[in-house]
Amino acid sequence: MINMQPYQNPTYFMLIALTLLPIVIANLYEKKIYWYQTLISFGFLLLSFGGIKWHQGIALIVYVIFEIFLIKLYFNYRAKSNNSWIFYLTVFVAIIPLIIVKVTPAIYGGQVSIIGFLGISYITFKIVGMIMEIRDGAIKEFRLGQTIQFLLFFPTISSGPIDRYRRFVGDYNNQLSRKKYLDLLEKGVWYIFLGFLYKFFIAYFFGTLLMPQVAQNALARGGISWWLVAYMYVYSMDLFFDFAGYSLFAVGTSYIMGIVTPMNFNRPFAAANIKEFWNRWHMSLSFWFRDYIYMRLVFFIMKNKLIKSRITIANLGYLTLFLIMGFWHGITWYYIVYGLFHACAIIVCDAWLRFKKKHRQQIPSNRFTKAFAIFLTFNTVCFSFLIFSGFLNTMMFHHIMK
Amino acid sequence: MKEKIIEILQDLTGSEEVATNLDLNLFDTGLIDSMATVQLLLELQAQCGVDVPVSEFERSEWETPNKIIAKVESLKA
Repeated sequence: MINMQPYQNPTYFMLIALTLLPIVIANLYEKKIYWYQTLISFGFLLLSFGGIKWHQGIALIVYVIFEIFLIKLYFNYRAKSNNSWIFYLTVFVAIIPLIIVKVTPAIYGGQVSIIGFLGISYITFKIVGMIMEIRDGAIKEFRLGQTIQFLLFFPTISSGPIDRYRRFVGDYNNQLSRKKYLDLLEKGVWYIFLGFLYKFFIAYFFGTLLMPQVAQNALARGGISWWLVAYMYVYSMDLFFDFAGYSLFAVGTSYIMGIVTPMNFNRPFAAANIKEFWNRWHMSLSFWFRDYIYMRLVFFIMKNKLIKSRITIANLGYLTLFLIMGFWHGITWYYIVYGLFHACAIIVCDAWLRFKKKHRQQIPSNRFTKAFAIFLTFNTVCFSFLIFSGFLNTMMFHHIMK
Repeated sequence: MKEKIIEILQDLTGSEEVATNLDLNLFDTGLIDSMATVQLLLELQAQCGVDVPVSEFERSEWETPNKIIAKVESLKA
């Protein structure tokens, strides 16, 4: 059987266009054909997790059964009582498969875990979000079918954007008017074409044409060179356009299906400080971390009056958030340093914002300071991506081998 | 209730504008961030007796003083 990874080649897009056509027509007549939607979702999942990737397919099925059982168990428990430790335990059990998948390569020298599959971390984010909302009493009923639709929504299964259960289910059950759907359809198609430009032209130029050359030269020079600086920018551009392109495909496809999956990027390089950058970069992930880790941790510390200083609480929150984000990317020194770097950057940013607030009269604020702020933020971010790229690691090994 | 909420917002943001412009976007202007949001939720709990869990906090529904007042009043009712 053939295997096809999401959004990789023209055939995949042709298949999307063809199979979504009945959904488009139905929506234009203000109808939903749930059975058909489920059928093609299954088809696309089979395409990505079948064939030579069948072992990933098995892993996915076992994982989903395990997690849904856990969610249901917690939901039933929460209807009766609300012990904090049971909640922590449930979250921990929910992330055990992800932890195993992340830790295995670090222990067994790059060996991939057999329980892993493409997109496991994105599904885990959705599940943990659900468990936390069940705890808060925000999710009031458990529907098996809709939970499966939410977790396995094929346009976003491989790399997000990370949607929220209540938002998704709302869209899934809601029938849009023809006018509203047409708006959505138009946007969806536009996003997919913008995605083509991003991923198959701009990212191709930076990542496939430019990057190998620049990398080779940077390695040949060794140490800090202009080639390394060039690598930093080329890598950053490739990272953005590749991922933003992918995200546009995922969001565009969702829109065509009548689901308003949240956007992932909002002109991140126009941010005037690091804090703003994280409100514009990989938004569905950073908002997830903000809402489910940072805010909950801060809430917990403040409510229980564990720490007095609000500045200390905020900084502790940042460190926790970005360290977890670092580990989530993978257990290597450069992902963890990347996390720490951003935690420090945002702590400095907060300190500066406080200073600015106090000395509003003395600090100039005009077009030039704004342009400088954007320039500084852009370069700080690109430097963090150089750490993230692992290229410094490659350079070190290259040096040792010589 | 309205005065109380505006007072909380003034304390939290250190800005007088929140009392004069009730349609001011608190997030876009940077007057409130995630940290201040949590403080706001705790203050609302302590002073107004409304319990808002973090996952019920949808930014777009809480972004101006007016929206916050409306939200608290609806939760009180």
